[in-house]
Amino acid sequence: MITRIDRRRLLQLSGAGAVAAGSGLAGILATGRAPAYAQTTTVHWLRWSDFVPASDKLLLDQIAPECQKALGIKLNLEMVNANDIQARVTSAVQSGSGPDIILALNNWPQLYTNSLADVSDVAEALGKDQGGYYPLSKAVATVGDKWIGVPWCVGGGLVAWRKSWFHEIGHDKFPDTWATLQAAGKELKAKGRPIGQALSHSFGDPPGFWYPWLWSWGGKEVDADGKTVALDSPATLESVKAAVPFWNDACDTGGLAWDDSSNNRAFLSGSISATNNGASIYLEAKRKPDVYLTEKGTPMWQDILHAPLPKGPGGQFNLPGPFTNMLMGYSKNQPAAKKFIAWVNSKPIFEQWFTSQQGYTDGATKYWANDAVWTKDPVLLPFRDLPKEGRLMGYAGPPGRASAEAQTKYIIVDMYAKAVQGTAPADAVKWAQDELVKIYV
Amino acid sequence: MTFTTVAAPRAYAGSPRRGPITRLLEDERWLALLLLLPTVVLLGLFIAYPFVKGIMLSVTDSRVGVPGHFVGLQNFRDVWNDSIFRVAVWNTCVYTFVATIFKLALGLWLAILLNHHFKGKAFTRAFILLPFIIPTVLSTLAWKWMFDPTFSVINWMLFRIGVIHSRINWLGDPDLALISVIIVNIWRGVPFFAISLLAGLQTISPELHEAAAIDGARPWQRFIHVTWPLLLPVTLVVMLFSVIQTFADFQLVYILTGGGPANATQLFATYAYQIGIGTGLLSQGATISLAVFPVLLLVVIVQLFYIRKAETH
Repeated sequence: MITRIDRRRLLQLSGAGAVAAGSGLAGILATGRAPAYAQTTTVHWLRWSDFVPASDKLLLDQIAPECQKALGIKLNLEMVNANDIQARVTSAVQSGSGPDIILALNNWPQLYTNSLADVSDVAEALGKDQGGYYPLSKAVATVGDKWIGVPWCVGGGLVAWRKSWFHEIGHDKFPDTWATLQAAGKELKAKGRPIGQALSHSFGDPPGFWYPWLWSWGGKEVDADGKTVALDSPATLESVKAAVPFWNDACDTGGLAWDDSSNNRAFLSGSISATNNGASIYLEAKRKPDVYLTEKGTPMWQDILHAPLPKGPGGQFNLPGPFTNMLMGYSKNQPAAKKFIAWVNSKPIFEQWFTSQQGYTDGATKYWANDAVWTKDPVLLPFRDLPKEGRLMGYAGPPGRASAEAQTKYIIVDMYAKAVQGTAPADAVKWAQDELVKIYV
Repeated sequence: MTFTTVAAPRAYAGSPRRGPITRLLEDERWLALLLLLPTVVLLGLFIAYPFVKGIMLSVTDSRVGVPGHFVGLQNFRDVWNDSIFRVAVWNTCVYTFVATIFKLALGLWLAILLNHHFKGKAFTRAFILLPFIIPTVLSTLAWKWMFDPTFSVINWMLFRIGVIHSRINWLGDPDLALISVIIVNIWRGVPFFAISLLAGLQTISPELHEAAAIDGARPWQRFIHVTWPLLLPVTLVVMLFSVIQTFADFQLVYILTGGGPANATQLFATYAYQIGIGTGLLSQGATISLAVFPVLLLVVIVQLFYIRKAETH
């Protein structure tokens, strides 16, 4: 309804509006409804383009309007390619203006500790309400006792494998040691169905496989003091020596040039038999059962199962991908942004987003391990327990700035890449050790 | 003859009075200054300021959000001790050298061909420019698909015609990866050379070629003694621009390989980006970018010297 306003009335109203805006969110909420003439607070949230597009659609179509109604906050959602988030953070911090909240991957918050606002109040309250955070979510979002981000969720990978192909060669379950997997992979590769794993400069899949590989042989980057580089060890050397025949006998050697989507495409086109990945392969196959078919013409999603990475002499591990919402220090909307973060992480709101993920991610708090989404599809159930058993980069030290630098430089990944391309394992280990020493100085 | 009323002729009043600004602009020096002002402002804002800021960053230990302290040349020492940096230096030199030689050779050959008269000449000349004007990101993504380890159309074709029996790991093998990025750079850069050299060729009078032919010179001799020397100034300028652009190349390698496999295609620009943005170490990223400067300065000085020599020869 449009009412005619004359100049005098407009001046009166804008004066009232200025007062209402001046008293802030509390004033607005006290009236019980968003005032028609006051400035609406806008919160700008920068996120990655989710690998589950349905979730982004939900945020735009449902969560944003709900936020406007419930909090009187206009949510300005922006989705960019995950690789571009760091560039945006850098330019925003250096120029002092930009999105209010930025969703960070891995341990990126540790790179920007000086530029992030203290969100301990919001984070602690959410943790108390939802059964506590997983240790790895807390580790990347805190500096000492101070919370520099509010954990959002935890992504992770399991091995997606073709049930029928492994059954054909006598494996009812996915091989649970590297030795048996290598033997199975060798047989499969001979039939044109190798294992597929990225060993390249891509932020997701390569670290997601090769860090757990290193740990499963007993290797580690640093000691528990977080300073002494301990990569050069017999365990690490064994892991590098073992990687070479594993790669050459069982894997698709094109993995040296794969990006994070290459293994998805290779698996869905039937050229690899197993790959460590998030649930996106299975979810995509299920979304289009007529497009992705097995060689027998049946829907491929019915032939996909998930299993954890095999055990090595040092144990069995995975590298989860924690997501954290960072409230930027330059933001002029910090009270509104905090209110928004508390609201969007609350049980009724987060539930909607979490359901749309269909098991692609875990919650950052333990509450979500009991969510109904885990009862919907048993094939996705194994993803639920990833955060419990996950380790982060920089082990055995904290996942701090130095470990982020090591990961961005692909030191661990390149150690294995060099070895499979012909460098002597001892030289590859020495190179990686020297590089880590320079970082952890 | 009819007369219309005519106003009484005015007394001679001399040239019209000029305002102070007009008088100022009539002075060539001030006019030149004013006309140059927009360019100076743009250069200052977008070239000089980032350059100076880069130097300031490289002599501190600043990170994202942390201004840092002055550390002198410590960053340059650290970067030189970085084995990945040394690999990037080597890769960039090889990449630039090989790509420029091929671009020059192929561009010159194309220019000579296009210099002849044939049907559809104008269309062909315009068509040749396509690789250069298509946005690099788009064309590189297409090449990335063509080199894809699983779905490469090049491998598929070679396999079908029986040239290869197992796929070529274009972007996965370290040597092939560097060759692949060089191929894409050549594909993109040849049109620039071709069109520029074509323009240069067209300034060479055909009478010179005719005179040489009458004197009994063969085509190759005509090229060596007539075409090449007259084309040299244009060639050197084009090469100068190309070397500068290729040395600082980023998009191509970033999209095709991200610097991998195992830094086999890591260049200055991609490594500077990886360090500066990926790890937040702005000072080190600035240092790596600045490391290009002395080399390029030397290249510019040498080439300008030769251009001067070629012009006055």
